Amino acid sequence: MAVLDVSNVSIRYITGDFKDIGLKEFVVRKLKGNYHVNEFWADRHVTFSLDKGEMLGIVGTNGAGKSTLLKAVSGIMSPTEGWIRREGSIAALLELGSGFDGELTVKENTYLRGAMLGYTRAFMNETYAQIIDFAELRDFENRPFKHLSSGMKSRLAFSIASLVRPDILILDEVLSVGDGAFRKKSEAKMQEIIHGGATTILVSHSIEQVRSMCSKVLWLDHGRQVDYGDDVKGLCDRYQQFLDGKLKI
Amino acid sequence: MLVRYRGYQFLFEELVKRDFKTKYKRTILGMAWSMLSPLLTLLVMYFVFSRFFAAEIQHYVTYLFCGNLVFSFFSDATNQGMYALVANADIFSKVPVPKYLFLLSKSVQTLINFGLSLGIFFVFCLIDGVPFTWKFLLLLYPIGCVMVFNIGVGFILSALFVFFKDIQYLWSVFLQLLMYMSAIFYTIDHFPDRVQFLFNLNPVFVYIRFFRRLVIDSVVPSPQSFALAGFYAVAALLFGCWMYRHYNQRFLYYV
Repeated sequence: MAVLDVSNVSIRYITGDFKDIGLKEFVVRKLKGNYHVNEFWADRHVTFSLDKGEMLGIVGTNGAGKSTLLKAVSGIMSPTEGWIRREGSIAALLELGSGFDGELTVKENTYLRGAMLGYTRAFMNETYAQIIDFAELRDFENRPFKHLSSGMKSRLAFSIASLVRPDILILDEVLSVGDGAFRKKSEAKMQEIIHGGATTILVSHSIEQVRSMCSKVLWLDHGRQVDYGDDVKGLCDRYQQFLDGKLKI
Repeated sequence: MLVRYRGYQFLFEELVKRDFKTKYKRTILGMAWSMLSPLLTLLVMYFVFSRFFAAEIQHYVTYLFCGNLVFSFFSDATNQGMYALVANADIFSKVPVPKYLFLLSKSVQTLINFGLSLGIFFVFCLIDGVPFTWKFLLLLYPIGCVMVFNIGVGFILSALFVFFKDIQYLWSVFLQLLMYMSAIFYTIDHFPDRVQFLFNLNPVFVYIRFFRRLVIDSVVPSPQSFALAGFYAVAALLFGCWMYRHYNQRFLYYV
Protein backbone atom coordinates (compact mmCIF):
# COMPACT_ATOMS: atom_id res chain seq x y z
CA MET A 1 0.00 0.00 0.00
CA ALA A 2 1.54 3.26 -1.12
CA VAL A 3 1.94 6.03 1.42
CA LEU A 4 2.27 8.65 -1.26
CA ASP A 5 0.74 8.56 -4.71
CA VAL A 6 1.46 11.24 -7.24
CA SER A 7 -0.50 10.61 -10.37
CA ASN A 8 -0.01 12.45 -13.63
CA VAL A 9 0.56 15.73 -11.85
CA SER A 10 0.98 18.90 -13.88
CA ILE A 11 1.46 22.31 -12.33
CA ARG A 12 1.03 25.50 -14.24
CA TYR A 13 3.01 28.53 -13.24
CA ILE A 14 2.81 32.06 -14.51
CA THR A 15 5.56 34.57 -15.05
CA GLY A 16 5.59 37.92 -16.72
CA ASP A 17 5.58 41.57 -15.85
CA PHE A 18 2.57 41.34 -13.56
CA LYS A 19 4.47 41.67 -10.31
CA ASP A 20 4.62 45.01 -8.55
CA ILE A 21 2.97 46.91 -11.35
CA GLY A 22 0.21 48.48 -9.32
CA LEU A 23 -3.43 48.92 -10.13
CA LYS A 24 -3.00 51.98 -12.33
CA GLU A 25 -0.35 50.33 -14.49
CA PHE A 26 -2.47 47.19 -14.69
CA VAL A 27 -5.53 49.05 -15.95
CA VAL A 28 -3.49 51.05 -18.47
CA ARG A 29 -1.83 47.95 -19.84
CA LYS A 30 -5.10 46.05 -20.01
CA LEU A 31 -6.64 48.88 -22.00
CA LYS A 32 -3.69 49.10 -24.36
CA GLY A 33 -3.64 45.35 -24.68
CA ASN A 34 -0.01 44.92 -23.72
CA TYR A 35 -0.50 43.10 -20.46
CA HIS A 36 1.42 39.89 -20.96
CA VAL A 37 1.50 36.92 -18.70
CA ASN A 38 3.34 33.80 -19.71
CA GLU A 39 1.95 30.54 -18.54
CA PHE A 40 4.21 27.56 -18.50
CA TRP A 41 4.19 24.12 -17.03
CA ALA A 42 6.59 23.88 -14.12
CA ASP A 43 5.78 20.19 -13.97
CA ARG A 44 4.18 18.08 -16.64
CA HIS A 45 2.73 14.60 -16.20
CA VAL A 46 4.77 13.58 -13.18
CA THR A 47 3.90 10.21 -11.74
CA PHE A 48 5.47 8.29 -8.91
CA SER A 49 4.49 6.42 -5.81
CA LEU A 50 6.29 5.58 -2.59
CA ASP A 51 5.77 2.80 -0.09
CA LYS A 52 6.41 3.09 3.58
CA GLY A 53 10.07 3.62 4.44
CA GLU A 54 11.18 4.23 0.88
CA MET A 55 13.38 7.14 -0.01
CA LEU A 56 13.05 8.99 -3.26
CA GLY A 57 15.77 11.19 -4.65
CA ILE A 58 14.75 13.89 -7.08
CA VAL A 59 17.47 15.05 -9.43
CA GLY A 60 17.50 17.64 -12.17
CA THR A 61 19.15 20.89 -13.12
CA ASN A 62 17.94 24.31 -12.00
CA GLY A 63 14.45 25.09 -13.21
CA ALA A 64 13.55 21.43 -13.59
CA GLY A 65 10.47 21.87 -11.42
CA LYS A 66 11.76 20.15 -8.30
CA SER A 67 10.79 22.79 -5.79
CA THR A 68 7.38 23.30 -7.33
CA LEU A 69 6.76 19.58 -7.19
CA LEU A 70 7.73 19.51 -3.51
CA LYS A 71 5.34 22.36 -2.82
CA ALA A 72 2.55 20.39 -4.39
CA VAL A 73 3.42 17.23 -2.50
CA SER A 74 3.57 19.08 0.82
CA GLY A 75 0.24 20.78 0.17
CA ILE A 76 1.42 24.38 -0.19
CA MET A 77 0.24 24.36 -3.80
CA SER A 78 -2.31 22.19 -5.44
CA PRO A 79 -1.69 20.57 -8.82
CA THR A 80 -3.36 22.11 -11.86
CA GLU A 81 -3.98 18.63 -13.25
CA GLY A 82 -3.67 15.17 -11.80
CA TRP A 83 -3.91 14.26 -8.16
CA ILE A 84 -1.82 13.55 -5.09
CA ARG A 85 -2.82 11.16 -2.35
CA ARG A 86 -1.02 11.24 0.97
CA GLU A 87 -1.38 8.99 3.94
CA GLY A 88 -0.35 10.23 7.36
CA SER A 89 1.36 13.37 8.50
CA ILE A 90 3.73 15.24 6.29
CA ALA A 91 6.54 17.64 7.08
CA ALA A 92 8.36 19.70 4.52
CA LEU A 93 11.66 21.23 5.50
CA LEU A 94 12.07 23.80 2.77
CA GLU A 95 14.47 26.70 3.13
CA LEU A 96 14.79 26.48 6.88
CA GLY A 97 16.17 29.96 7.47
CA SER A 98 13.14 31.97 6.40
CA GLY A 99 9.96 32.79 8.26
CA PHE A 100 11.53 33.92 11.50
CA ASP A 101 10.73 37.28 13.03
CA GLY A 102 13.79 39.36 13.88
CA GLU A 103 12.06 41.33 16.60
CA LEU A 104 11.04 38.32 18.67
CA THR A 105 13.40 36.56 21.02
CA VAL A 106 14.99 33.25 20.24
CA LYS A 107 12.60 31.49 22.58
CA GLU A 108 9.51 33.08 21.05
CA ASN A 109 10.72 32.26 17.58
CA THR A 110 11.30 28.68 18.60
CA TYR A 111 7.70 28.32 19.72
CA LEU A 112 6.40 30.08 16.63
CA ARG A 113 8.38 27.83 14.34
CA GLY A 114 7.30 24.77 16.29
CA ALA A 115 3.69 25.82 15.80
CA MET A 116 4.25 26.21 12.08
CA LEU A 117 5.66 22.73 11.85
CA GLY A 118 2.53 21.41 13.49
CA TYR A 119 3.88 20.58 16.95
CA THR A 120 1.65 21.00 19.97
CA ARG A 121 2.30 23.37 22.85
CA ALA A 122 2.77 20.47 25.24
CA PHE A 123 5.36 18.98 22.91
CA MET A 124 7.20 22.29 22.69
CA ASN A 125 7.26 22.74 26.46
CA GLU A 126 8.68 19.29 26.76
CA THR A 127 11.36 19.57 24.10
CA TYR A 128 12.27 23.24 24.28
CA ALA A 129 15.32 22.67 26.49
CA GLN A 130 16.49 19.93 24.17
CA ILE A 131 16.16 22.20 21.13
CA ILE A 132 18.10 25.04 22.68
CA ASP A 133 20.82 22.73 23.90
CA PHE A 134 21.14 21.05 20.55
CA ALA A 135 21.44 24.44 18.85
CA GLU A 136 23.95 25.53 21.51
CA LEU A 137 22.06 28.76 22.06
CA ARG A 138 21.41 28.53 25.78
CA ASP A 139 23.02 31.94 26.38
CA PHE A 140 20.93 33.60 23.70
CA GLU A 141 17.42 32.42 24.41
CA ASN A 142 16.11 35.81 25.47
CA ARG A 143 17.96 37.84 22.88
CA PRO A 144 16.19 39.20 19.80
CA PHE A 145 16.52 36.84 16.90
CA LYS A 146 18.09 39.52 14.69
CA HIS A 147 21.16 39.61 16.95
CA LEU A 148 22.09 36.06 16.02
CA SER A 149 24.70 35.30 13.41
CA SER A 150 23.51 33.51 10.30
CA GLY A 151 25.19 30.32 11.46
CA MET A 152 23.29 30.46 14.74
CA LYS A 153 20.04 31.07 12.90
CA SER A 154 20.40 28.01 10.75
CA ARG A 155 21.45 25.97 13.78
CA LEU A 156 18.27 26.95 15.56
CA ALA A 157 16.15 26.29 12.49
CA PHE A 158 17.67 22.88 12.09
CA SER A 159 17.28 21.97 15.77
CA ILE A 160 13.59 22.77 15.75
CA ALA A 161 12.97 20.96 12.50
CA SER A 162 14.96 17.92 13.53
CA LEU A 163 12.31 16.91 16.05
CA VAL A 164 9.77 16.09 13.36
CA ARG A 165 8.64 12.53 13.25
CA PRO A 166 6.33 12.62 10.23
CA ASP A 167 5.11 9.75 8.11
CA ILE A 168 6.33 11.59 5.04
CA LEU A 169 9.40 13.78 5.19
CA ILE A 170 10.38 16.23 2.48
CA LEU A 171 13.91 17.55 2.39
CA ASP A 172 15.16 20.28 0.13
CA GLU A 173 18.92 20.23 0.57
CA VAL A 174 18.87 20.59 4.30
CA LEU A 175 20.81 17.56 5.33
CA SER A 176 23.33 19.44 7.39
CA VAL A 177 24.10 22.95 8.48
CA GLY A 178 26.66 24.93 10.40
CA ASP A 179 30.36 24.62 10.97
CA GLY A 180 32.46 21.48 11.42
CA ALA A 181 31.27 20.17 14.76
CA PHE A 182 27.66 21.07 14.25
CA ARG A 183 27.64 19.71 10.71
CA LYS A 184 28.60 16.30 12.05
CA LYS A 185 25.96 16.45 14.75
CA SER A 186 23.25 17.54 12.34
CA GLU A 187 24.15 14.90 9.80
CA ALA A 188 23.85 12.23 12.43
CA LYS A 189 20.49 13.64 13.51
CA MET A 190 19.24 13.64 9.95
CA GLN A 191 20.24 10.04 9.44
CA GLU A 192 18.38 9.18 12.60
CA ILE A 193 15.19 10.77 11.28
CA ILE A 194 15.49 9.15 7.89
CA HIS A 195 16.08 5.74 9.40
CA GLY A 196 13.22 6.29 11.80
CA GLY A 197 10.96 4.75 9.19
CA ALA A 198 9.69 7.90 7.51
CA THR A 199 9.02 7.86 3.83
CA THR A 200 11.37 10.48 2.53
CA ILE A 201 11.73 12.66 -0.53
CA LEU A 202 15.13 14.21 -0.98
CA VAL A 203 16.05 16.88 -3.46
CA SER A 204 19.77 16.99 -3.86
CA HIS A 205 22.41 18.26 -6.20
CA SER A 206 24.82 15.70 -4.85
CA ILE A 207 24.52 12.54 -6.89
CA GLU A 208 26.66 10.71 -4.39
CA GLN A 209 24.15 11.42 -1.68
CA VAL A 210 21.33 10.12 -3.85
CA ARG A 211 23.27 7.03 -4.78
CA SER A 212 24.07 6.08 -1.23
CA MET A 213 20.76 6.87 0.40
CA CYS A 214 17.85 6.59 -2.00
CA SER A 215 15.91 3.56 -3.07
CA LYS A 216 14.21 5.31 -5.98
CA VAL A 217 15.12 8.17 -8.25
CA LEU A 218 13.01 10.67 -10.15
CA TRP A 219 14.73 12.70 -12.85
CA LEU A 220 13.11 15.90 -13.98
CA ASP A 221 14.13 18.23 -16.76
CA HIS A 222 12.25 21.42 -17.54
CA GLY A 223 9.19 20.03 -15.84
CA ARG A 224 9.28 16.84 -17.85
CA GLN A 225 9.67 13.49 -16.17
CA VAL A 226 12.74 12.07 -17.92
CA ASP A 227 13.03 8.91 -15.94
CA TYR A 228 11.81 7.26 -12.79
CA GLY A 229 12.53 3.93 -11.19
CA ASP A 230 14.29 1.93 -8.53
CA ASP A 231 17.38 1.25 -10.62
CA VAL A 232 19.25 3.87 -8.65
CA LYS A 233 22.68 3.05 -10.03
CA GLY A 234 21.66 3.02 -13.68
CA LEU A 235 19.64 6.19 -13.36
CA CYS A 236 22.35 8.09 -11.56
CA ASP A 237 24.92 6.95 -14.14
CA ARG A 238 22.77 8.25 -16.96
CA TYR A 239 22.09 11.51 -15.13
CA GLN A 240 25.84 11.95 -14.59
CA GLN A 241 26.44 11.35 -18.31
CA PHE A 242 23.79 13.92 -19.09
CA LEU A 243 25.48 16.44 -16.80
CA ASP A 244 28.80 15.73 -18.49
CA GLY A 245 27.17 16.45 -21.84
CA LYS A 246 27.63 12.91 -23.10
CA LEU A 247 23.95 12.08 -23.15
CA LYS A 248 21.20 13.96 -24.89
CA ILE A 249 17.63 13.67 -23.72
CA MET B 1 -13.93 22.21 10.85
CA LEU B 2 -13.57 22.31 14.62
CA VAL B 3 -11.02 19.54 14.56
CA ARG B 4 -9.09 21.38 11.89
CA TYR B 5 -9.25 24.54 13.97
CA ARG B 6 -7.84 22.75 16.99
CA GLY B 7 -4.90 21.62 14.90
CA TYR B 8 -4.04 25.25 14.21
CA GLN B 9 -4.87 26.63 17.63
CA PHE B 10 -1.29 26.63 18.84
CA LEU B 11 -0.07 28.37 15.69
CA PHE B 12 -2.86 30.91 15.97
CA GLU B 13 -1.97 31.72 19.56
CA GLU B 14 1.68 32.13 18.68
CA LEU B 15 0.82 34.43 15.78
CA VAL B 16 -1.34 36.57 18.03
CA LYS B 17 1.50 36.83 20.53
CA ARG B 18 3.94 37.73 17.80
CA ASP B 19 1.69 40.47 16.40
CA PHE B 20 1.10 41.83 19.85
CA LYS B 21 4.75 41.95 20.79
CA THR B 22 6.00 43.42 17.55
CA LYS B 23 3.25 46.02 17.54
CA TYR B 24 3.92 47.40 20.99
CA LYS B 25 7.63 46.66 20.96
CA ARG B 26 7.31 45.49 24.54
CA THR B 27 6.88 48.99 25.88
CA ILE B 28 4.16 50.34 28.08
CA LEU B 29 4.45 53.51 26.04
CA GLY B 30 3.65 51.62 22.86
CA MET B 31 0.35 50.55 24.31
CA ALA B 32 -0.37 53.96 25.80
CA TRP B 33 0.34 55.59 22.47
CA SER B 34 -2.20 53.49 20.65
CA MET B 35 -4.82 54.79 23.08
CA LEU B 36 -3.48 58.31 23.15
CA SER B 37 -3.59 58.96 19.43
CA PRO B 38 -7.41 58.60 19.10
CA LEU B 39 -7.75 60.79 22.18
CA LEU B 40 -5.67 63.51 20.57
CA THR B 41 -7.76 63.31 17.42
CA LEU B 42 -10.81 63.69 19.59
CA LEU B 43 -9.34 66.67 21.34
CA VAL B 44 -8.47 68.49 18.12
CA MET B 45 -11.85 67.75 16.61
CA TYR B 46 -13.57 68.98 19.72
CA PHE B 47 -11.71 72.30 19.72
CA VAL B 48 -12.30 72.87 16.04
CA PHE B 49 -15.88 71.76 15.65
CA SER B 50 -17.56 72.29 18.99
CA ARG B 51 -18.21 75.97 18.28
CA PHE B 52 -20.16 74.98 15.16
CA PHE B 53 -22.04 71.91 16.24
CA ALA B 54 -22.06 71.70 20.01
CA ALA B 55 -25.08 73.96 20.28
CA GLU B 56 -27.38 71.70 18.32
CA ILE B 57 -25.95 68.27 19.12
CA GLN B 58 -26.52 66.95 22.61
CA HIS B 59 -23.55 65.41 24.39
CA TYR B 60 -21.26 66.57 21.63
CA VAL B 61 -18.15 65.01 23.18
CA THR B 62 -19.79 61.60 23.30
CA TYR B 63 -21.19 62.15 19.82
CA LEU B 64 -17.70 62.84 18.49
CA PHE B 65 -16.20 59.97 20.41
CA CYS B 66 -18.75 57.47 19.03
CA GLY B 67 -17.76 58.49 15.52
CA ASN B 68 -14.05 58.41 16.21
CA LEU B 69 -14.21 55.14 18.09
CA VAL B 70 -15.92 53.21 15.32
CA PHE B 71 -14.04 54.90 12.52
CA SER B 72 -10.61 54.36 14.03
CA PHE B 73 -11.47 50.73 14.74
CA PHE B 74 -12.27 50.34 11.07
CA SER B 75 -9.28 52.27 9.72
CA ASP B 76 -6.89 50.63 12.15
CA ALA B 77 -8.07 47.12 11.35
CA THR B 78 -8.07 47.59 7.60
CA ASN B 79 -4.77 49.48 7.46
CA GLN B 80 -3.06 46.71 9.37
CA GLY B 81 -5.01 43.88 7.86
CA MET B 82 -3.89 44.90 4.39
CA TYR B 83 -0.40 43.60 5.11
CA ALA B 84 -1.52 40.30 6.60
CA LEU B 85 -0.65 38.21 3.55
CA VAL B 86 2.38 40.02 2.16
CA ALA B 87 4.08 40.26 5.55
CA ASN B 88 3.70 36.53 6.07
CA ALA B 89 4.56 35.40 2.55
CA ASP B 90 7.73 33.81 3.88
CA ILE B 91 5.61 31.53 6.01
CA PHE B 92 2.79 30.42 3.77
CA SER B 93 5.05 29.81 0.78
CA LYS B 94 7.14 27.37 2.84
CA VAL B 95 4.71 25.73 5.22
CA PRO B 96 1.20 24.55 4.45
CA VAL B 97 -0.88 26.75 6.73
CA PRO B 98 -4.30 28.27 6.08
CA LYS B 99 -3.74 31.84 4.96
CA TYR B 100 -6.70 33.32 6.82
CA LEU B 101 -4.89 32.73 10.14
CA PHE B 102 -2.67 35.75 9.56
CA LEU B 103 -5.51 38.20 9.17
CA LEU B 104 -7.43 36.71 12.08
CA SER B 105 -4.46 37.09 14.40
CA LYS B 106 -4.12 40.72 13.32
CA SER B 107 -7.81 41.16 14.08
CA VAL B 108 -7.34 39.96 17.63
CA GLN B 109 -4.68 42.62 17.98
CA THR B 110 -6.92 45.42 16.72
CA LEU B 111 -9.80 44.16 18.81
CA ILE B 112 -7.70 44.49 21.95
CA ASN B 113 -6.79 48.00 20.89
CA PHE B 114 -10.43 48.78 20.35
CA GLY B 115 -11.30 47.34 23.75
CA LEU B 116 -8.89 49.74 25.43
CA SER B 117 -10.39 52.71 23.59
CA LEU B 118 -13.85 51.49 24.50
CA GLY B 119 -12.90 51.62 28.17
CA ILE B 120 -11.86 55.25 27.82
CA PHE B 121 -15.04 55.91 25.88
CA PHE B 122 -17.15 54.77 28.83
CA VAL B 123 -15.19 57.05 31.14
CA PHE B 124 -15.96 59.96 28.83
CA CYS B 125 -19.64 59.00 28.74
CA LEU B 126 -19.63 59.15 32.51
CA ILE B 127 -17.97 62.56 32.60
CA ASP B 128 -20.30 63.81 29.87
CA GLY B 129 -23.29 62.81 32.00
CA VAL B 130 -24.69 60.20 29.63
CA PRO B 131 -27.00 57.90 31.58
CA PHE B 132 -25.87 54.28 31.63
CA THR B 133 -28.71 51.90 30.79
CA TRP B 134 -29.08 48.21 30.04
CA LYS B 135 -29.10 49.20 26.37
CA PHE B 136 -25.33 49.55 26.56
CA LEU B 137 -25.26 45.76 26.53
CA LEU B 138 -26.69 45.88 23.03
CA LEU B 139 -23.47 47.57 21.92
CA LEU B 140 -22.14 44.06 21.59
CA TYR B 141 -24.15 43.73 18.40
CA PRO B 142 -22.63 46.64 16.45
CA ILE B 143 -19.19 45.82 17.86
CA GLY B 144 -19.53 42.27 16.60
CA CYS B 145 -20.75 43.55 13.25
CA VAL B 146 -17.88 46.01 12.86
CA MET B 147 -15.42 43.29 13.76
CA VAL B 148 -16.80 40.90 11.15
CA PHE B 149 -16.99 43.73 8.64
CA ASN B 150 -13.35 44.63 9.36
CA ILE B 151 -12.29 41.04 8.85
CA GLY B 152 -14.17 40.87 5.56
CA VAL B 153 -12.67 44.11 4.26
CA GLY B 154 -9.28 42.99 5.61
CA PHE B 155 -9.51 39.78 3.55
CA ILE B 156 -10.36 41.77 0.44
CA LEU B 157 -7.62 44.35 0.95
CA SER B 158 -4.91 41.90 1.88
CA ALA B 159 -5.70 39.84 -1.21
CA LEU B 160 -5.67 42.92 -3.44
CA PHE B 161 -2.45 44.12 -1.85
CA VAL B 162 -0.69 40.96 -3.00
CA PHE B 163 -1.54 41.87 -6.59
CA PHE B 164 -1.42 45.65 -6.51
CA LYS B 165 0.96 47.39 -4.17
CA ASP B 166 -0.50 50.84 -4.82
CA ILE B 167 -3.69 49.80 -3.04
CA GLN B 168 -2.17 51.18 0.15
CA TYR B 169 -2.16 54.74 -1.24
CA LEU B 170 -5.60 54.43 -2.75
CA TRP B 171 -6.90 53.09 0.51
CA SER B 172 -5.52 55.94 2.60
CA VAL B 173 -7.14 58.45 0.24
CA PHE B 174 -10.37 56.49 0.37
CA LEU B 175 -10.27 56.42 4.18
CA GLN B 176 -9.85 60.17 4.24
CA LEU B 177 -12.95 60.60 2.08
CA LEU B 178 -14.85 58.08 4.11
CA MET B 179 -14.02 59.94 7.28
CA TYR B 180 -15.71 63.07 5.95
CA MET B 181 -18.69 61.11 4.72
CA SER B 182 -19.31 59.27 7.97
CA ALA B 183 -20.78 62.24 9.86
CA ILE B 184 -18.22 61.94 12.62
CA PHE B 185 -18.35 65.59 13.68
CA TYR B 186 -21.53 66.83 12.03
CA THR B 187 -25.13 65.73 11.91
CA ILE B 188 -26.99 64.71 8.79
CA ASP B 189 -30.30 66.13 9.98
CA HIS B 190 -30.10 69.20 7.74
CA PHE B 191 -29.72 67.24 4.53
CA PRO B 192 -32.81 66.55 2.42
CA ASP B 193 -34.41 63.16 3.13
CA ARG B 194 -33.09 61.66 -0.05
CA VAL B 195 -29.48 62.54 0.83
CA GLN B 196 -29.97 61.27 4.35
CA PHE B 197 -31.08 57.99 2.91
CA LEU B 198 -27.90 57.78 0.83
CA PHE B 199 -25.87 57.73 4.04
CA ASN B 200 -27.19 54.21 4.57
CA LEU B 201 -24.87 53.12 1.79
CA ASN B 202 -21.90 53.83 4.04
CA PRO B 203 -21.46 50.87 6.39
CA VAL B 204 -19.20 52.82 8.73
CA PHE B 205 -21.85 55.49 9.13
CA VAL B 206 -24.47 52.82 9.79
CA TYR B 207 -22.36 51.43 12.63
CA ILE B 208 -21.63 54.87 14.07
CA ARG B 209 -25.33 55.72 14.05
CA PHE B 210 -26.09 52.43 15.76
CA PHE B 211 -23.66 53.35 18.52
CA ARG B 212 -25.13 56.80 18.98
CA ARG B 213 -28.69 55.55 19.09
CA LEU B 214 -27.83 53.18 21.91
CA VAL B 215 -25.51 55.45 23.89
CA ILE B 216 -26.80 58.97 23.46
CA ASP B 217 -30.47 58.52 22.56
CA SER B 218 -30.82 55.41 24.67
CA VAL B 219 -33.07 53.95 21.99
CA VAL B 220 -33.01 50.43 20.61
CA PRO B 221 -32.56 50.84 16.83
CA SER B 222 -35.18 49.54 14.44
CA PRO B 223 -35.08 45.97 13.16
CA GLN B 224 -34.11 47.42 9.77
CA SER B 225 -31.01 48.93 11.38
CA PHE B 226 -30.11 45.58 12.88
CA ALA B 227 -30.58 43.91 9.53
CA LEU B 228 -28.57 46.52 7.64
CA ALA B 229 -25.67 46.35 10.11
CA GLY B 230 -25.63 42.58 9.90
CA PHE B 231 -25.96 42.59 6.13
CA TYR B 232 -22.85 44.70 5.55
CA ALA B 233 -20.80 42.55 7.89
CA VAL B 234 -21.85 39.26 6.34
CA ALA B 235 -21.57 40.57 2.77
CA ALA B 236 -18.01 41.82 3.34
CA LEU B 237 -17.02 38.58 5.03
CA LEU B 238 -18.48 36.38 2.31
CA PHE B 239 -16.83 38.37 -0.44
CA GLY B 240 -13.50 38.30 1.42
CA CYS B 241 -13.69 34.55 1.94
CA TRP B 242 -14.53 34.08 -1.71
CA MET B 243 -11.45 36.06 -2.70
CA TYR B 244 -9.19 34.00 -0.47
CA ARG B 245 -10.63 30.79 -1.83
CA HIS B 246 -10.54 31.92 -5.43
CA TYR B 247 -7.03 33.36 -5.39
CA ASN B 248 -5.54 30.89 -2.90
CA GLN B 249 -3.26 29.46 -5.57
CA ARG B 250 -2.51 32.72 -7.33
CA PHE B 251 -1.07 34.35 -4.20
CA LEU B 252 1.90 32.01 -4.47
CA TYR B 253 2.86 33.32 -7.92
CA TYR B 254 3.16 36.84 -6.67
CA VAL B 255 5.22 36.42 -3.52
